[in-house]
Amino acid sequence: MHLPDGFLDAPTSIATGVLAAGAVAISLRKAERGLGAAGPALAGLVACFVFAAQMVNFPVGAGTSGHLLGGALAAVLVGPWAGTLILAVVLLVQGVFFADGGLTALGSNITLMGIVGVWSGYLVTRAVLAVLPKRVTSIVPAAAIGAFLSVPLAALAFVALYAIGGAAPIPLGALASAMLGWHLLIGVGEALITAAVLTAVVASRPDLVYLARGLRPDLVVVGADGVERRVPAETASAGGGRRLGSRAIALSLAVTLLIGGGLSLLASASPDGLEHVAATLGFEHLATEHATATGPFADYDIPGLGALGPVAAGIVGVLLTLGLALAVGWVASRRSRSTLGSGSTGAGTGSTGAGSSSAPSETSTSDTTTGRR
Amino acid sequence: MTLVVGPPSHAGAQGGAGEGSGTLASGHLPGHAHGHVGLGAPEEGLLVIRDTVVHRLPAQVKLVAVVAFVLVVVATPTGRWGAFAVYALLLAGVVAVAHVPARLVLRRMLIEVPFVVFAAVLPFVASGPRVEVLGVSVSATGLVAGATMLLKATLGVVAAIVLAATTAPREMLAGLERLRLPALLVAMLSFMIRYLAVVTGDLHRMRVARESRGDTGGRVGQAAAVAGTAGSLFVRSYERGERVHQAMLARGYAGHLPALVSGRAARAREWALAASLPVATLVTLVLFVSVVPR
Repeated sequence: MHLPDGFLDAPTSIATGVLAAGAVAISLRKAERGLGAAGPALAGLVACFVFAAQMVNFPVGAGTSGHLLGGALAAVLVGPWAGTLILAVVLLVQGVFFADGGLTALGSNITLMGIVGVWSGYLVTRAVLAVLPKRVTSIVPAAAIGAFLSVPLAALAFVALYAIGGAAPIPLGALASAMLGWHLLIGVGEALITAAVLTAVVASRPDLVYLARGLRPDLVVVGADGVERRVPAETASAGGGRRLGSRAIALSLAVTLLIGGGLSLLASASPDGLEHVAATLGFEHLATEHATATGPFADYDIPGLGALGPVAAGIVGVLLTLGLALAVGWVASRRSRSTLGSGSTGAGTGSTGAGSSSAPSETSTSDTTTGRR
Repeated sequence: MTLVVGPPSHAGAQGGAGEGSGTLASGHLPGHAHGHVGLGAPEEGLLVIRDTVVHRLPAQVKLVAVVAFVLVVVATPTGRWGAFAVYALLLAGVVAVAHVPARLVLRRMLIEVPFVVFAAVLPFVASGPRVEVLGVSVSATGLVAGATMLLKATLGVVAAIVLAATTAPREMLAGLERLRLPALLVAMLSFMIRYLAVVTGDLHRMRVARESRGDTGGRVGQAAAVAGTAGSLFVRSYERGERVHQAMLARGYAGHLPALVSGRAARAREWALAASLPVATLVTLVLFVSVVPR
């Protein structure tokens, strides 16, 4: 899945780069109250885990092995904002240090795996969780479905990017069906591995699984007098986190729509892309009669100033979209802060914090913050 | 998940863990075999320690130069073979100046192998007029586009290899910090790089423990044990992250890391030197597009 340089044309690479930078910026803001509050060390180590998990070979049978992509798994384990951030860091390290994934394709790779992969996995898992019984173990089948769908969805996003800025005229229908077919198969493997890894995590530390928070049963203490007392598994702040979660869904849907709008805006702003799509679709019907000499490649061969127009238009379109998305995120975070009132810092920290074991660290963090003020 | 035909060799785990000794102090990162490419030679770090002009350039200068170079390469129109030949010569010049062994560059280029397969399929699936090559009918545009993509990807991979081979990880972080990467992101990157050898070492030890109990891998029934390893790896990494964070708090961490690295500002002379590669590439592109006929 790691795209190299030259797979997508320069305007598309730059546009997805801007898109990815914006998504990472929003995730940084969002994660500051979650994983960021738990410290960069924790985030860095989870990134190490994702990197290492991609190196684990799973026997698939018939002498074949596979490995994890990890977008959906990261979203389920640490949440979508932190998941995007962590995938971006992993892809950056892979691109800069290991030449795995092109440097100019970094934006495309973050868009496909860090945004589409993480968010589709997260949203599908949340949707499935809503219909499953409220048990911690429900996270395993829910995440399996999320992981399964996240792979073909990322593949479809790739087909969309290829339609806008692909380097060779492949019939789009054929490309989409080939990508979908192959990635449905890969998705099955991704689902199995994600489910197996989550089973192991839920067995030992269910409190670490971001999406399983609020699913744990309350502790029932029966006194000597026979009176039952319920001790909630989650603290009050964790409940606040769940409410924040539903708002995060609405926000993410809005952002997804805006991003979709941005891509189409880019497509309509870039004659290269549209001509390309039209030509490839046209070729499908006209078979080999059509001469390419006057087709899209005639346009492809005139770079320089002429090509700067659509690039600039595309970038402006993406920037506008990003501005809108950032504004939505800003408004949403403002509103969440005002509804939570003065206790917002504590609630925000606790909501996505590391559970009971890191409670002292959270306290001391807020203490230092207060001290500085 | 990527499917790979062949015995599950745990090449990745070996590649990563075999060189746990290659620490950041000596500027090494564990090998990233990525599971499916047998990069071999796990004892080899990423950085080739030499003292050349390229090594001495500040990382931010090299990062910008490499990205600019690859961007020009990507922007080159399909089928301009002459331009690609000049780019390759320019890049080969940098490899020679940086004293990066050609053998090492070739071995690390194996990372591109899955993509070569895609580029090789392209002539058969692309649309457009067909031509006969060795008796097989292929798409002419697909052939040209596939070859162009392969060239661009190869140039990009080699440029990234040279960057990694001439820049120590901590210098790269300093460079990214100088390029205004957000502080939290730089901090995450620095912790990831510091603990990568530890976490892959953890993975390696768990694999050794599993295999010493008779699970030598390869059978589907053992996938659950492998998944258990990955699950424990997450719990271990997470808990290690918590411990590190608490240790930081105990030492007075209040949300800001002290300067992680001591990157220095680049001099104008160094910018000019590094810019020579992308500028020469750009001049080549303009010359080939405007002067040389198709």
